[in-house]
Amino acid sequence: MIVLMMPALGTGGVNPWLAAAMIGGVAITSTIGEVSTAAAMKSIGDLDEIRAKSGLKGAIVAVLTCPMFFVGVGFLALAFFALLLALNHLSLSLAGPASASLTLVTNAVAAKIFLKENVDRRRWISAILVCIGVYLLAH
Amino acid sequence: MALVGICAPLGDSFLARGMKQLPAISLDHPLALIAAVFHPWIAAGIAMLICFFACYLTALSWADLTYVLPTTAFGYVIIALLGKFWLNEQISPYRWAGILLITIGVGFVSQGPSLTEKENPEDAGVQP
Repeated sequence: MIVLMMPALGTGGVNPWLAAAMIGGVAITSTIGEVSTAAAMKSIGDLDEIRAKSGLKGAIVAVLTCPMFFVGVGFLALAFFALLLALNHLSLSLAGPASASLTLVTNAVAAKIFLKENVDRRRWISAILVCIGVYLLAH
Repeated sequence: MALVGICAPLGDSFLARGMKQLPAISLDHPLALIAAVFHPWIAAGIAMLICFFACYLTALSWADLTYVLPTTAFGYVIIALLGKFWLNEQISPYRWAGILLITIGVGFVSQGPSLTEKENPEDAGVQP
């Protein structure tokens, strides 16, 4: 559906399939990064409590000594450069909301499978409403 | 959570402005992406995104990913309303519809629990 709508949204002369690949690349790398980072933060525990107990330095050390955090940051960095590349070729009004909308849905699926989060009907409806809302906001 | 919502879209906007001022970057020269990091607008965007990331990590340490992500999308609404009332930009009916949907979605998810209760705390990590 995204590919079919691209000519109307304007891909700036970029092949619609290439534009879809760029946006898909941002969504995939971003989802792996978000899920890995969330797993890392859950394994560390509440940062506010750690900061209250060990100070800001203790909280930073807790984050920086978690290997999964670096896996997450590595993929988020990849997603960042994929977004820079997409913004260089596509308009912000297309690349930003399209990748953000797609990432919301892929994150909900990945969080349910890998993080065993309770993605109930309320969260699915919320993710889809926000997804459509972000897309409409680009118009 | 509010800082996450404000810093992320501002950072993205700065990045977009910076990237538009640079010549087109091809996949044949990926190192040009590294050089782009030192452009003033892109550096300002990165500073905003670092602030966003610190707040985002704190939120993820006490709430589910599927709770944090829709909630932080409220930042798009904040930016649109800033454009309307601060910069006097026109907001089309499509955008008002988008603002309404995001607001309903965020309100909907925030009514539920922020964290999935786990019987075994070790289940919180990624499963093989």
